[in-house]
Parts: sequence; C-alpha cells; structure tokens
Amino acid sequence: MSSSTPEFDELDQESLVRTSERRFENVVGISFALSLLATIGLGVVYWQGGQTQVEGALLFVTLGGLGFGIVAWGKYLVPQGPYVQDREELKSPASEREVFIESFERGSNLIERRSFLAKLLGVSVAAFGVITLFPFIRSLGPQPKKMLYVTNWKKGSALVRSDGTKVRASDLEIGGILTVFPEGHAGGAISQTVLIRPSFQDIVTKPGRESWGPQGYLAYSKVCTHAGCPVGLYQELTQQLLCPCHQSLFDVMTGANPVFGPAPRPLPQLPLEIDSQGYLRAQAGYDEPIGPGFWERA
Amino acid sequence: MNYKPIDWADERLGIAKFSRKSLNKIFPDHWSFMLGEIAMYSFFVLLGTGVFLTLFFVPSSADTIYHGSYAPLDGHVVSQAYASTLNLSFNVRAGLVMRQMHHWAANVFVAAIVVHLLRIFFTGAFRKPREINWLVGSLLLMMAILEGFLGYSLPDDLISGTGIRIAYSITLSIPVVGSYLASFLFGGQFPGNSIIPRFYTIHILLIPALMAGLLGAHLAIMWHQKHTQYKGKGRTENNVVGVAMWPAYALQAGGFFFLTAAVLAALGGLVQINPIWMYGQYIPYKVSYAVQPDWYMGWLDGALRLFPSWEITGFGHMIPTIFFPAVLLPGVTFGLLMAWPWIERWFTKDYEVHNLLDNPRDNAWRTSIGVGVMAFYMVLFFASSTDVLANAFSVSLNFVLWAFRVLIFVIPPVAAYVAYKVAREASSAPTVGKPRKAMVVFRSTEGEYSSEESGPRREVDLKFSALHGNEPKPLPEEAKLHGIEADGGVTQENSALIGSSVAAAKPQEIEERPGEGSGKYPVSRGTPGAGGGLFSPHNRKMPRRRKDSEEEK
Repeated sequence: MSSSTPEFDELDQESLVRTSERRFENVVGISFALSLLATIGLGVVYWQGGQTQVEGALLFVTLGGLGFGIVAWGKYLVPQGPYVQDREELKSPASEREVFIESFERGSNLIERRSFLAKLLGVSVAAFGVITLFPFIRSLGPQPKKMLYVTNWKKGSALVRSDGTKVRASDLEIGGILTVFPEGHAGGAISQTVLIRPSFQDIVTKPGRESWGPQGYLAYSKVCTHAGCPVGLYQELTQQLLCPCHQSLFDVMTGANPVFGPAPRPLPQLPLEIDSQGYLRAQAGYDEPIGPGFWERA
Repeated sequence: MNYKPIDWADERLGIAKFSRKSLNKIFPDHWSFMLGEIAMYSFFVLLGTGVFLTLFFVPSSADTIYHGSYAPLDGHVVSQAYASTLNLSFNVRAGLVMRQMHHWAANVFVAAIVVHLLRIFFTGAFRKPREINWLVGSLLLMMAILEGFLGYSLPDDLISGTGIRIAYSITLSIPVVGSYLASFLFGGQFPGNSIIPRFYTIHILLIPALMAGLLGAHLAIMWHQKHTQYKGKGRTENNVVGVAMWPAYALQAGGFFFLTAAVLAALGGLVQINPIWMYGQYIPYKVSYAVQPDWYMGWLDGALRLFPSWEITGFGHMIPTIFFPAVLLPGVTFGLLMAWPWIERWFTKDYEVHNLLDNPRDNAWRTSIGVGVMAFYMVLFFASSTDVLANAFSVSLNFVLWAFRVLIFVIPPVAAYVAYKVAREASSAPTVGKPRKAMVVFRSTEGEYSSEESGPRREVDLKFSALHGNEPKPLPEEAKLHGIEADGGVTQENSALIGSSVAAAKPQEIEERPGEGSGKYPVSRGTPGAGGGLFSPHNRKMPRRRKDSEEEK
C-alpha cells in the first residue's frame, strides 16, 4: 500500500503517535485540573453560604472536566481496535435442552405423583394470596357509595366566601363574580360554586329553573364537567366561563351549556333564594352529580 | 502490579473466568448507542438528587404557617409539603440546585428513553432475540412517565394540584371500577389528605425499586445477548466489532456519566424549572391560566383538549368523555408499542435472529409507520398548547382547536407517505443511474498524495481504520485463549495470567509485525489502528514505556 521504506515509516509514525498522544495528554490533564479548580471553588461557594447559579456553573465545570477528560482518555489514549469477538449462539444445543426437560420432568413427576397434596398446596397459596390482597385494596379508602352524588349544599345553606363570610344579595355588582361555598365548608373542593350576577334581561332560563336566580344571581358548580378543573375564568363581555385546563367554554346566560371545547355537559346549577335579612341561600343542593362523569352515573 | 487481591477473590469466587470475559467484552461503537446511556445516567442523577430531597421534604398536606426566607409567602397558611419544598429551595444550602437538577433530570430521563426507543424501533433492534428487552424497555418508559407525574405532584403547588385533580377524574372515568379505584387510590373523595403521603411512598420507594430491578434486567439481558451493531466492514450477524470493555469502553462510558451529570447540573443551576413559589399553594377552587404539564404528559393533555365532547350513556351507565383520550388512548398506545415486535413479525414472517441493524432507509415500511406514529403524537403534544398558540398568533381558540382536530388526521398520513418516499429513494440511490465509485485521497506522511478507488458507495466505511485495511481482529489476550499465536508467539503459559500479556510482548518482536507500518494513519486517532495503541510494540519504544518494561524485567 505504501511506497516508502518500512524503517522510515516506523520512525515517522512513532513520532506522530507520540506528538498526538502528548497533545491529548495535555487536554486530559487540563480537563482534570479545571475540574479540581472548580471543585475547590464549589467548596468555597458552599462555605460562603451558597449561590444557586454559581453552584450550577461550578458543578458543570467539575463534572464536565472529569467527564471530558475521562472520555478523551478513553477515546484517544487507549487502543480503539476495532476488535472482533464471536457471538456465541444464544440457543442451547439440542442435547442440553433434552437433559433440561428430562431433569425438570423427573422433579415435577415426583410432585405430581402426590397430586392431592399438590392441589391442596396450590389452593392454600392462592387463598392466602387473595386474602393478602384485601388490605391493599379495601383498606385504602371508603366505598364510593353516594360520595359522588352529593355535595355539602343543603336546603337553606348560606353562601359564604372562601374566608367564611356570608354573602348578601347586595354584595355583587352587575357583572360581578364570586366563588362561594356552603356555610361551614368554606374552601371545599367539591362544593365550590361560582356566583355570577350578569345583566338581568338576557338570561334564558331553563324550564323548571325560573325561580333559581333571584335578582339576576346565577350559581353554577365550579367543577368542570370534563376533567374536574375549576372553571375559573369569567369573560364578562361574552358572559362565558372558561376552564383553563382544556378550554371548555360554558355560556352563563343559557344555563352554563358547553358551547366550545371538550366538556360534555352543562355545569349543574344551584337554586338560590334570598332570605329575609338579605343573605343568599341555597333553595336545595344540586339536583345532579357535579363534575366529570363516572360509570354509575346514568 | 499486586496480584494478591485477584488471587484472594478468585480462590473464593472464581472471578477470573467471568471478569476476563467482561474485561475483554467488545462493545460496538456508535453515537446512537449512547442514548440509552443518557437515560441510565439521568436515572442515577435522579437517585442521587432524590435521596437528598427526601431528607428535607415533608410529605404531608397538613396546614402550617410558612416562615421562611421567601418574603411574599411569609405568614401564609400552606401545606407542609409546599412549605418544606420552599424551605429546601431557599433555606437549604445547594437545595435549589439539587431540586432543579432532579426536575431537569426527570425531563431528560424520559426524553432520552423516548429517543432511545425510536433508535431501537427505526433500526429494527427489537427483532429476535431482543423482544424481551423491548418489553422491559417499554415498561421502563411507562414507569418513567408515571414516576415523573407523581414527582411533580408532590410539592402541592397550584399547577401540580390541578394535575392531580385531572388524574382523579381520569381514574373516575374507567368503566365499572372507576369510582372504586378513584376512592381507593386517593383515600376517598378528592382532594383528601392521603394523596401526598401516598404519592410520596410510590414515588420514592415502589416505582424506583421496580425501575432499578427492570433496569438491571435490561442491562443484564443486553450484556448477555451482546449489543447489536450497524452493518459495516467485517461486521456479520455472528460477531461483534468495536472497542474493548477495558479500558476504552469503560473510560468512555464512565466519562459520559460525568458529562451527562454536568449538563444536568448546568441546567439545574442556571435554568429555572418549576418555580412553585410563583404558582402558589394548591387551593382546589383556584386555577391559573396556561396550565401545561411536564413535556411527557403533553400528548395526553393535547388528546384531552382535542377529543370531542362525546359521552356514552345507556343501560343506566355512562362512559365519560375523558375515558377515550385519557385511558383508551394510552392503553392502545402502550399495548401496540409492546406488541410491535410480534405485529411486525406477523407481516414479515421473519423468524431469524438479527444482530445487524437495519438502516432506516432500507426498511421503508417500518420507517414510514414509525414517522406517521411519531407525527400523531407530535400533533397531540402541540395540541396541549392550544391556548398558548391562540395567544401567540392572535387567532381564536376555536380556530386553533379545529385546526388541530383536522391536522391530527392529516399530518400523520402525510408524514408517513413522505417518509416512505424518502426512504425508498435514499435506499435505491446508490443503484440508480451510473454507479459511481468514491475516490479516496490519501496523503502519506512524506506529503505524497495518492488516490484509491473505493468499493461501491454502500460499502464504504468512513472510519479511517477500515479504509486502511485494518481488519477487525480479536484482542491479543482473547486470541491467546483460543490458541491462536498472536503478537509473534506468546506462549500459552504467559496467557494464564490475564493482564500480564503486555509485559510478555518482548521488544524484539517489533520487527516480526508486518502490515502495521502503512504510514497512512490519521494523526488525530493517536493510535495505530487494530491491535495497536499502548499494546503495540511501537509504543513500548517510547521512553516512559521503556522504563516500565525494564522494571518488569
């Protein structure tokens, strides 16, 4: 392949290898030295009380110096081959397989001979397995029963704010919105309800709900019927409630019907009344399960 | 060298046989084989930083009053989980670096697994005999996603709490058992007080232990079956060509751990992630705008946004709308993923053992299916940002949603078709038209230029050593074990002690080595090709080396 004399080649090659090796030795050495310096710096910064960005940068140099040096060592200062190795066949020789099957059957026949004992053992172990599963399933939580059907709203529950103060009919301006809870359950995740006072005359009341919105107040469950996020954004201009999780839009003026996005059902409406002292109260609880759907819900 | 520890261990455990094989194990070398390593090293970083975090995190949703150095929340009633996360971020030295490294490592971990999976898929590395490792890897991916979700739920901040609420609704949507499952998993109705301690136990104990076990199995199986390799000079179905485990691969892989950790440290220190003090404590009736989960949950979030509001009711029962995008879709996704080796075999009827990898362009069908599926999940991923996109491009949410609902059906087939065509043309390119042979120009060490005609384009191995006719050969030690006289007649006797063979190569054997001195070695390589390097007699002529060998004499 080469026309030059072997002696010349050998000398020349040797010097080339030596220079290049020296160069990489320098690179590796500088990497390790940088890493050491950064480690010392890290110690000092930590001693001084620490600083997140400096710690990150110094850790980068510490780890990076080590990594770069070691990889360079492994790539340029040790032989790379290529080396070749045979793959032994994964499959065992047929004779080995036969002996394996025979050995296994010799043992299993001894067990199967006492088949009643074997079956009894199987049943006992299986029964124990099932029994031990029980606490891992059943002890974890209550049966759902009516849990998903009811909230803390009852007939006559006063509407309170998250801090527990009662809401008067005069508290909200037209166009105002407030998150309310049944008295005694302020902050509750399931009972959270959004109270809105939109402009009066545009409301299209659903049949049977004529008396649910005194003085133009409307109250809907705040739990989205899609995936259960709080329907937290009220767009006053379009009178729509937006769920910020998956962008379902509910039209406040037509009984919180879903008008856009993935929500399948309207937000349940809470029937309101105003008591003699001017406080807002629930006429009754929600007449349907709030929030996302589930199997038992018809 | 002191052989006493080796003797000690070998007499008790017989380590030499196994260790000899391990040290001399050959690993094929390619950048794409490092993707799995990135995942594994991220996992190690996760374990390390995670243990640190457990020392300070309090897994409790009980109320406490926050008094820490983050002034805006001072005096607020928050959960202990939230308060302890603030404390370990602001009041524990190096705490924030550790926490952010942990979060970044989780994101990189899942990303590396996904890209590693794509590499395995497109090169056909899942084919016989590696179906088991495909399953193990798929399980690891699922666990990594679940583990990530549990982890970012723990600080009890507003965004993660909203995520848990959605997870509760998704559990609830499972037919027949949903309401029971949700109640048992969350300890009653949402939110309750059980979520954080339970998620904590699952996050720091259950899943990491399972993952460590599966990772061990993944590596052991890979080790046992030996790594696949790309087609190339001297590479066959029945051999492995590459670098030796000791020291080249060990150094490269070990150093790569530090490089991965270094990048994660830089991200953890310099790039803010999950600043929970800006989101605030989770309060069930509060929500913030533009809520996006960590990237690997994006496809699920996107599916939840795109799926229409269909809800099936009948016979007194309901299948809620989110069942389809959030339970059925992941179920089908991971089901098909795990079944893929068998699905492909059903079509190809290929029962052969494959140790050589496919070039993706040579298997146009698989490549186009892979690209189509990838495109599908990419569209879902971007659909998780419908609100952000609508804002950024000043278009209506309605338009963005409907655009995505159309794109999810249009983009995947188009991408698959384009991938198919590109693969077919790329694959046939070398045989189309007049076949051209590449001319390889060499410069000899004297400065003389010469050119050689290489083989057909497809057979060109761009590695210098391959071009220079350095056929892969066994490690000297291995050759000796097989009774081949390597390095000019080292006796069987000398090979008895592994590691002493270097010393056994005598300086006068240099002249007996033919074919080493072609004079065309690339300078940057630093080692003279096959069987050369430090083991070659040339190196032994160097001053510092000579000193060593003299001592050993």
